[in-house]
Amino acid sequence: MSMTQLPPGFKIIRDENSEAYSDEFFVNMGPQHPSTHGALRLAIRMDGETIVELVPHHGYIHRGMEKQAESMSYLQYFPMSDRQDYLTAIQNNLGVALAYEKGMNVGVPLRQEYIRVMLQELGRIASHLVFFGCFGGDLGGQTCLLFGFKEREMVHDILEEVTGSRLTMNYFRPGGSRFDVPDTFIPRVKAFLDHMESTMKDYERFLSKNVIVRERSIGIGVLSKEDAIAYACSGPVARASGVNFDVRRNNPYSIYSQLEFDVPLAYNGDCYDRYNVRIAEIHESMRILRQCIDKFPAEGPWRSKEKPVKLAPGRYYSEIETAKGLYATYVVAAAGDKPYRIHTRGPSFPHIGVLNKMCQGLTVSDLVTIMATLDPVIPEIDR
Amino acid sequence: MEQKNISTKQYIKEYLKKCVTGPWSLLCGLSVSLRYFFNPKRIVTEQYPENRKTLKMHERFRGRLSMVEDADGNNRCTACGMCERSCPNGSINVQATKNIAGKKVLGRYVYHFASCTQCGLCVEACPFGAIEMAPEFEVATTDIKSLEMILNKKEGQG
Repeated sequence: MSMTQLPPGFKIIRDENSEAYSDEFFVNMGPQHPSTHGALRLAIRMDGETIVELVPHHGYIHRGMEKQAESMSYLQYFPMSDRQDYLTAIQNNLGVALAYEKGMNVGVPLRQEYIRVMLQELGRIASHLVFFGCFGGDLGGQTCLLFGFKEREMVHDILEEVTGSRLTMNYFRPGGSRFDVPDTFIPRVKAFLDHMESTMKDYERFLSKNVIVRERSIGIGVLSKEDAIAYACSGPVARASGVNFDVRRNNPYSIYSQLEFDVPLAYNGDCYDRYNVRIAEIHESMRILRQCIDKFPAEGPWRSKEKPVKLAPGRYYSEIETAKGLYATYVVAAAGDKPYRIHTRGPSFPHIGVLNKMCQGLTVSDLVTIMATLDPVIPEIDR
Repeated sequence: MEQKNISTKQYIKEYLKKCVTGPWSLLCGLSVSLRYFFNPKRIVTEQYPENRKTLKMHERFRGRLSMVEDADGNNRCTACGMCERSCPNGSINVQATKNIAGKKVLGRYVYHFASCTQCGLCVEACPFGAIEMAPEFEVATTDIKSLEMILNKKEGQG
């Protein structure tokens, strides 16, 4: 196959006379492929079984959310933020609410702060459990998928009782939330944590020590610390490469500064480290939840005085740590009840950008492992 | 992948070690599955169509939009149109009419379920509590026309 037949995007130019060139061909992975986690197409240039270069093509489910937001009222953007990264919908809600709060100049009462932190951490656990399931599933252990989703179901039951919806919560509002939490909320979270404590041991026995998982992930897809910073990686992916950055600690929002938690770090930057960091984060989230249960104010207002959602003209920026990484919202407000512009910085997009660098010289089966540990959500990349 | 320079003796030693620890780790994983096999109480799968009668949604569950009506079928809607304005996808169409006294009342409350995302912004916007999200979840249908519905049974009382 000659170079002219390759799809656009490939950059490495090979000498046409060399023998290595004649073996090259390209493979399309996706847009319909279970391990790309959505409609993402990876055009892979292969030399035999080795990946030479990889070009991700995205935009298959581009909905133009940022443009749509310009013709919507401020409140109508909340359901949109749910539909970006649907695994961390509750966290995206908070990111938008925090940006609006800066523009409206409202605060939230203490009880609401605790509700926020607890729902954030529950959402984080749910998202990491999906990662756990998909990671096992992508490596061929379909049992894992069900194990991860079993506990996620319990989290979603709690979230459904509080917010009214399982996946697209649309819950937080500037100055508070739609509802107060029900009385059953704290006992249910407690029961969930007790159950989770014992299940985590099962998980580790199931996957962490499994010889197939170890052989397929240790030393695979190494991302150096320099690259992680240069490509703007964030969240567990960056922390597995030794980048000691977590918005919850470095730039705390809500009441994270009053809570005690560690930021799990690993230094090899391979697939196994990314897996371990996420498992450690589940433990940390459980620790935060236990502290919140002890301190949770039994009474008190759960939202500040209701105001019409109208931002003072200006520019407002908020950043939060979702399960995937740094999620930032930038709102440019003009006079009137519609935003002039809302920009979102999602965590999954930079991770897809660094994919080419990580998988050069590896095989397609390694690419599946890398994709699983990057844990991208395609609707959030395309928006 | 890293290619380490190790002696043959060390290689054989590591290989033999893996021969033992590898299958052992697989057996450890299998023991988790086996415990579920011999302990059916831990299984959480719900037998869905059979448990329909006991299956109850949470109070706040957001399903199909419906009108709050009293026993006589009267609703509280005043056709102010707040829900229509708050809807992000234009799935609500409030058609007002005038009653005998010349007052603006609700004529037809048209709801396009096909385009509704069940975000609940209309319920939040309604100042009279006239609409709610019913806890219905079996809403699949074969006829798209049935998804366009008129919610109110009676004309609004104003």
